Amino acid sequence: MSNIWKFGADVDTDQIVPGRYAPYMRPDKDVGDAAFIEARPDFNKQAVPGDLIVATDNFGCGSSREYAPYALRRRQVGAIFANSFARIFYRNAINLGIPVFVDAELVEKLLAGSEATLDLEDGTILIDGNRHALPEVPNFAKEIIDAGGIVPYVREHGRFPNS
Amino acid sequence: MSGLTLSEQIISNNVGRPVRAGELVVVEPDTAMGHDSLTPGIIKTVKEQLGVEKVANRDQIVLVMDHVAPASNVGTAQNQNFIREFAREQDVRLFDVGRGICHQVLVEEKIARPGTIVVGSDSHSTSYGAVGAFGSGMGSTDIALVWATGKTWLRVPETLRIQVSGRFRPGVDAKDLALKLCRDLTIAGATYMAIEYHGMDWLPMNGRQTMSSMAIELGAKAGIFPPDGEVAERFDVPDWLYVDSDAIYAQTLEIDLDELEPQVAIPHSVDDVVDLSDIVGQKIDVVFLGTCTNGRYEDLRDAADILQGKQIHPHLRLLVTPASREELQKAIADDTLNILLSAGATLTTPGCGACMGRHQGTLADNDICLSTGNRNFKGRMGHPTSQIYLSSPSVAAASAITGEITDPRLLTVSL
Ligand code: SF4
Repeated sequence: MSNIWKFGADVDTDQIVPGRYAPYMRPDKDVGDAAFIEARPDFNKQAVPGDLIVATDNFGCGSSREYAPYALRRRQVGAIFANSFARIFYRNAINLGIPVFVDAELVEKLLAGSEATLDLEDGTILIDGNRHALPEVPNFAKEIIDAGGIVPYVREHGRFPNS
Repeated sequence: MSGLTLSEQIISNNVGRPVRAGELVVVEPDTAMGHDSLTPGIIKTVKEQLGVEKVANRDQIVLVMDHVAPASNVGTAQNQNFIREFAREQDVRLFDVGRGICHQVLVEEKIARPGTIVVGSDSHSTSYGAVGAFGSGMGSTDIALVWATGKTWLRVPETLRIQVSGRFRPGVDAKDLALKLCRDLTIAGATYMAIEYHGMDWLPMNGRQTMSSMAIELGAKAGIFPPDGEVAERFDVPDWLYVDSDAIYAQTLEIDLDELEPQVAIPHSVDDVVDLSDIVGQKIDVVFLGTCTNGRYEDLRDAADILQGKQIHPHLRLLVTPASREELQKAIADDTLNILLSAGATLTTPGCGACMGRHQGTLADNDICLSTGNRNFKGRMGHPTSQIYLSSPSVAAASAITGEITDPRLLTVSL
């Protein structure tokens, strides 16, 4: 059972991790401790591994800072659901092996729900007792996420997906 | 067969066959830039995670120290030495602290050129579109993979065509147009698309750089000007790169500059934009003149024309951070810098300065800043309760005199 952390539209990467908390600025700290540190202190303090992030449009807009999705990976976020993602964030999240799903209907259900259980193997999600199919993920993204990220993928295959 | 957009032409040239929007392709970028903020992590990914000791193509790589320049604490200082060591060991180009903002330096050095593909560990890498390059921002892992393999993958983007008519009226410039596009298209309006800007062959380089840097504020993958006008005078343009009248555009937006008013973005989103006349009188504490969007000589000059013989408001700080050493030197060569300093400006090292809130002018709680930069997200320049407005350099300079958001055209009339 996972908590659902709910967000609106245009969550920018400065909200996910402010630039002042970059690993560059704090080389001795784990960037995971800065996830949503100012924008959502409740997430920062209480999120536990497997928790889900749900947002409406354009999640992750703004800076290309990969330490934003990386901080979420350090917190072992189970998946991110959104109506849409900003381009660079989406690519970064897949490269880091974070499951990202674009599905407005599921987003609506998750925003109305109180708890959920994600089953990636099975391709389903249980929201308040009701089971729903997860949306299709583009093939190249699936290959990367299944490998655990783009680095393990390239190490294993010696090439990029679809090439 | 229909024609090709500028992005399709540039990517086709790179892969050696005609490609179209929607295709996934593997390209060899001409340049893969890393700046000081992310390069330490990129180096670690290359060496520790990918197990690569020698980069694939040293000519592809450019390093710039601009985000915290010079170092602000022991951690950043150590990280910068780590980058310097890597640059020497791999024999790659490094532009060290004081040289300027990556996006300005790569254009000045003609590393970004018409027809090239330039990727960077920075979202404002769309800036290279100003010189007719396909410039796009990526995360650290993608840049690490370019350094390790020489390659990256891209989806060839659809293109949004901006068709401009008319000319800027006095007191209106490229920044106002960039903000107007954010207002009309929204922060996600061009997600996954390349933008092409048409009808502005008269627009000088500076204005093009302002526009292309802000293509990312619409979510775009690239923001490309046809390489004409001043760009064609200063750069060699390959003969295969031209505006194809048959190219297919996903969407076209027409803008009449004769109707354009000065624009201001209000906290906390870059698409929350109003006409200047709707926000005049808003009190401010800080004016920041700088960034890859508006920190060049022409921007400093526009501000100096307004600040000539005047003083900034006694309750206000004016931070001036030139985009590069060359731009600073131009401002020293005439009276530009002197006018700004005489008016009460604080000059900082060329680079990103206060833009990311890390040093050289970080905002305190409840500080209100009018910036010539490109982002006003909550907490970007410092404390999360601080507020950022965005405007052109002229509006910023006029506002520095009065301590509140001011229309420079009215200021000239009333004084
Ligand atoms: S000036 Fe600001 S927006 Fe431009 S590259 Fe530097 S930090 Fe990024």
